[in-house]
Amino acid sequence: MATTVHMEALSPTMEEGQVVRWLKAEGAAVTSGEVIAEVETDKATMELVARADGKLRKIFISEGGVAPVGSVIAVIGAEGEDISALLPDGATAQAGGGGAARPAAAAEVGAPTARAAASVAVPPEAQPAPAAVAEPTVVVEEPRSDGGRVKASPLARRLAADGGIPLASIRGSGPGGRIVKRDVEQAAKEPAPLARPALPPPSDADYADVPLTQMRKTIARRLVESIGPVPHFFLTIDVDMTRVVDARKRVNALLDSRGIKVSYNDIVLKATAVALRQHPNCNSHWGGDHIRQFNRVHLGVAVAVDDGLITPIVRDAHVKGIAQIAEEVRELAGRARERKLKPDEYTGATFSVSNLGMFGIEAFTGVINPPEAGILAVGALEERAVVEAGQVVVRPRMRITMSCDHRVIDGAQGARFLETLKAILEEPLTALV
Amino acid sequence: MASITYRDALNQALAEEMARDDSVFLMGEEVAEYDGAYKVSKGLLDRFGDRRVVDTPISELGFAGLGVGAAMVGLKPVIEFMTFNFSLLALDQAINSAAKMLYMSGGQIHLPMVFRGPTGAALQLGAQHSQSCATWYVHAPGIKVVTPATPADAKGLLKAAIRDEDPVAFMEGELLYNVKGEVPGPEDGDFVIPLGLADVKREGSDVSIVTNGAMVHLALTVAAKLEKDGVNAEVLDLRSLRPLDVDAILATVRKTNRAVVLEEGWPYVGIGAQIVSIIQDEAFDDLDAPVVRVTQADIPMPYAKNLEVMAKPSVQRVVDACNRVLYRN
Amino acid sequence: MAETRTKAPSVKRSEPAKGLEGFSREQLHSLLRDLLLYRRFEEKAEEAYAIGKIGGFCHLHIGQEAVAKGVIGPLRADDYVITSYRDHTTAIAKGVTPRAVMAELYGRQGGAVGGKGGSMHIFGADVGFMGGHGIVGGQIGLATGIGWAIRYRGGDQVCVCLLGDAAVNQGAFLESLNMAAVWRLPVIYVVENNEYGMGTAFKRVSAVPIVERSRGTGVPARAVDGQDVIATWKMFEELVSEVRAGAGPQYVDVRTYRFKGHSMSDPVSGTYRSKEEVERKKESGDPIGVLRDRLFEAGLLSQSQLEAMDAGVRAEVDEAARFADESPLPEADQLYKHVYREINTHGRLFLDGREG
Repeated sequence: MATTVHMEALSPTMEEGQVVRWLKAEGAAVTSGEVIAEVETDKATMELVARADGKLRKIFISEGGVAPVGSVIAVIGAEGEDISALLPDGATAQAGGGGAARPAAAAEVGAPTARAAASVAVPPEAQPAPAAVAEPTVVVEEPRSDGGRVKASPLARRLAADGGIPLASIRGSGPGGRIVKRDVEQAAKEPAPLARPALPPPSDADYADVPLTQMRKTIARRLVESIGPVPHFFLTIDVDMTRVVDARKRVNALLDSRGIKVSYNDIVLKATAVALRQHPNCNSHWGGDHIRQFNRVHLGVAVAVDDGLITPIVRDAHVKGIAQIAEEVRELAGRARERKLKPDEYTGATFSVSNLGMFGIEAFTGVINPPEAGILAVGALEERAVVEAGQVVVRPRMRITMSCDHRVIDGAQGARFLETLKAILEEPLTALV
Repeated sequence: MASITYRDALNQALAEEMARDDSVFLMGEEVAEYDGAYKVSKGLLDRFGDRRVVDTPISELGFAGLGVGAAMVGLKPVIEFMTFNFSLLALDQAINSAAKMLYMSGGQIHLPMVFRGPTGAALQLGAQHSQSCATWYVHAPGIKVVTPATPADAKGLLKAAIRDEDPVAFMEGELLYNVKGEVPGPEDGDFVIPLGLADVKREGSDVSIVTNGAMVHLALTVAAKLEKDGVNAEVLDLRSLRPLDVDAILATVRKTNRAVVLEEGWPYVGIGAQIVSIIQDEAFDDLDAPVVRVTQADIPMPYAKNLEVMAKPSVQRVVDACNRVLYRN
Repeated sequence: MAETRTKAPSVKRSEPAKGLEGFSREQLHSLLRDLLLYRRFEEKAEEAYAIGKIGGFCHLHIGQEAVAKGVIGPLRADDYVITSYRDHTTAIAKGVTPRAVMAELYGRQGGAVGGKGGSMHIFGADVGFMGGHGIVGGQIGLATGIGWAIRYRGGDQVCVCLLGDAAVNQGAFLESLNMAAVWRLPVIYVVENNEYGMGTAFKRVSAVPIVERSRGTGVPARAVDGQDVIATWKMFEELVSEVRAGAGPQYVDVRTYRFKGHSMSDPVSGTYRSKEEVERKKESGDPIGVLRDRLFEAGLLSQSQLEAMDAGVRAEVDEAARFADESPLPEADQLYKHVYREINTHGRLFLDGREG
């Protein structure tokens, strides 16, 4: 009995998928459960599994082609079996990069409550289960612009990446201008020397058009959907971090033997989780016709990856210690960068936190991830001059800005939450009592 | 413990193993009455008699095959090639019989035997007597290959080779026989070094020189010279080519981020080619520079003194290679 | 079936039973049955090769069965036999079962070496059959070493080394016989002289007859008609006991003939020998025919006994083929097994990046 192969919803927010690679060719034998293709979703690259035994009789979409979730992309049947009934009308292979028409039930912001059912139109006979094999193994290559590949030793690349130093800003002293370890070490210590390059005339080689990846499309779509319909307002506090600085030193001394290092952000995450427990109206989702207030805190932690951003979740942050939070964040961030997160690791946050302090950003406003009701934007920890008891003193300070969905959180409610958060950060022992 | 020569260390190993196990016997040209062409088997005939220490006709193919046949039925032959140059005559038995016997017989017949003798160049011996032969033996799966550089390593590894259940090509060096070093004696117990373990002969942090056999001593000389220039070189002596201590190779590259692979033989598919392949595959992200090899020139060995020096790896060539990977001009 | 067709002998023997006195009727029937077994086995292998069950090289012993039986029959279980790649029947003669040999030809788990050797590498170490070797003359040095070990341990076993006529031209032949003579090793070097090395007649590659080729080494030589299993058996029975008693190495030219091509890929006749030569040899020099006719003449065999014997061995061979066909291919995990007997604790043994 021939069956159709569909573009499956391999992530809860996926609306379309791009076939990266067919692992089986037309005519090949397949068995139920066998991986037959790799599909890039809006979050990661996932494995598509055959759900029947037989031969892969027809493939309707070539590598690189995009298809909406639920559409038919191939047929599995027995050799010689009549499959004409299963062919899509006017089925043709979709060329690489072409977008498919969106299914009628497009994503409606805020309409359904559970994320998993949000924006997917799936024909009844398809089975949009999450991929049977959990972890995608193909890492999609970053797009390269024309010409200009930076020459650097493998070690230098790694050191530069770890240190957040763009290779393009480093001058190489090795043969042919190769960037080597000492160059990266030098760049980390001092600003790049002033380079005075010869300037060529403008040409088409001056720019490169980068096609949008699924992730970028999703970020664009969702956050536009968020800013549009979600009535944002913003509250900023300036927090004295003196005691946090000291506490972090002491905590890290304690954890030194276990090889765990707690960052300022880990402490902010913990304080946020504790504060949210006291203000469940901020730890909420907008549900269209109701507001869901959570009594557990699952924090989405924004992580920058190669081409965008993803928010892995630290679950139950309100009961975990900062050492465990630090470890989990490290581990999740690492896997996020490698595109190896499972869907349940980046869906289901009750609140999110984004931190651009490491780039020296003093303060910024974040865009809420619907259906969450709020997001914190954490700025850099800096020594600033402040006035205390009539004197100007120098203190380590940090600005935190909360974006609130006014349908769920009113100004005073947000302010009270931030007051609690500030109190915890300025006196960490608050969290112990 | 005593300071003895590499040659005497081998002699001790042979004597201890022959005393320990009656199925061990030594066979080769001049090994008995002549005390060995390089005196490695001196005194063994007197001690063990001509059943166990056997002079052969000049028949490398023949007595290599005889050794394999004897091992097929459970003896433990130590077959000496006066030099491994001559063993090329015996390669049919080494590769087609010894290396493949266990596999072809589905595991029925194993060969606990050793082929041993000196390999590599000495001084002005000319084209046919200066060959480094490790490549031909290590190329075939089924044969293990060991190349000790020091007296202690020679003793401990020969004992291990004789006890190993598989054929082992145990490669010494004509220029190594007189090297002296501290070696545990019989009074210190049963001194055996397992196969497959490399040895850091000199610790360093700036560059790794990965090498084996006679070249280890060259590497140490190079390291001493570099030290004066403030460069701290690590010297890794592979000791065992198969099984190969890959972990040690990766560890030293991880430590210094740069490697020079030094070997005695020809470059094309020489031992170093395999080492480089492994490093670039498994330690890619630790490399700050390409891996550079130093080998014999890609020519037969010339006789004239000056040409021979130019053909072999030298201190200067190794120093230059180190400077290249260190980006020092 | 030419083998089971009786006929009047061309030369009437005056005393047909002469020379058979040392053998009982049962023994004689057993000899004939074994010759028939080897013949039918090789024919079955030929058939299996033709339909693709056996691949690669397949060197048949058809026409030379009496050598296998006559040379190996008189040996003890603890004696050793080693030979070239034309080893199916010699393996069976020494004690490897027909099933195990056939399954090895088919490359299956039930094969003598688990399917990893093939036609040229049948081994049965537990019955003293030391292979099956592919390089011409490769087994000569090995046999010498086995002889060395026997003497080293003070045993009285012998090692029989079978080799082809062309192999005496390998350097290893000279080297091995020389050492065997110097050290008086209990090795019997048996040349299966079928007159051709693949497609080259021996007389084209040797200035002297093969029986003289051991002369320079000091190993005494003799010759026997290898198509006459009785004569061969008797010679070897005597020779083996001499060697056991310390006579030193021996060299025997066993004159035989190969009815098929060098291997399944080679022509039976044509460019290197005439078809009618082959037919002539099959007619008058078939070892089965030689024994059969002698037994008939001596009144020691009847037609119905012969046919029953043939039916019996055919059934045995069919069963071996069935066993082979039903035996599974080796498991994937066999690929890297039996390369090293001792997996060392340290270091990597396989450098292909796939295993270990």
